[in-house]
Amino acid sequence: MDEPINFVAFSGTDDRLQALAVMTAGAAALGQRVNIFLQYWALDAFSKAKIDLDHGLAPEAGPEGRAKVDALAKAGQASWADTLRMAKDLGEIDIEACSLSMDLLGLEESDLDPLVDGVEGVTAFYLNAGEGRIVFI
Amino acid sequence: MADQQVDARGLNCPMPIVKTAQAVKALTSGQTLEILATDPGSVKDFAAWSKSTGNELVEQTVDGGVYRFVMRKK
Repeated sequence: MDEPINFVAFSGTDDRLQALAVMTAGAAALGQRVNIFLQYWALDAFSKAKIDLDHGLAPEAGPEGRAKVDALAKAGQASWADTLRMAKDLGEIDIEACSLSMDLLGLEESDLDPLVDGVEGVTAFYLNAGEGRIVFI
Repeated sequence: MADQQVDARGLNCPMPIVKTAQAVKALTSGQTLEILATDPGSVKDFAAWSKSTGNELVEQTVDGGVYRFVMRKK
């Protein structure tokens, strides 16, 4: 497993970000390198101003899904941000903001949570991805 | 008696494996780690993690919904 696994995170709802965090932490536990490229609403959720807020759920969750997600959180499930922090402590995880999305959202690098390592364009993302798998969330 | 313990009871996937990977990092080769978990997915996850990382799964038992694993660091 020399090649990294590469996640393109597009959606900014808490359930999809939780899926991203779980996939990333699992890969880190296996010693797998992970690159995460944050676009659009996923990037928005990583801003310092918004990371701790409620980002809602995907439309298919509905009220029943909301209740299930809340129950798991109440039972002590780590937030997606905490899960990603743990993954970064454990393994080689690089989280980059998409520069186009930075412009779109009017964000500066200093507006981003320290989980984000830097800002890059899509070319740098592909270069770092190498022959590794690319997963879009 | 294992050299270290991880109590991952009540934790959801992927935390039992994440906490195990963290704990194994701190061990030296040949030392053992005992893990307790209640996540039913952990049975297949520990087998896969062992296979992939080369750390040996030396014991595996289940008692009243609690899974117990002993890993030996490679």
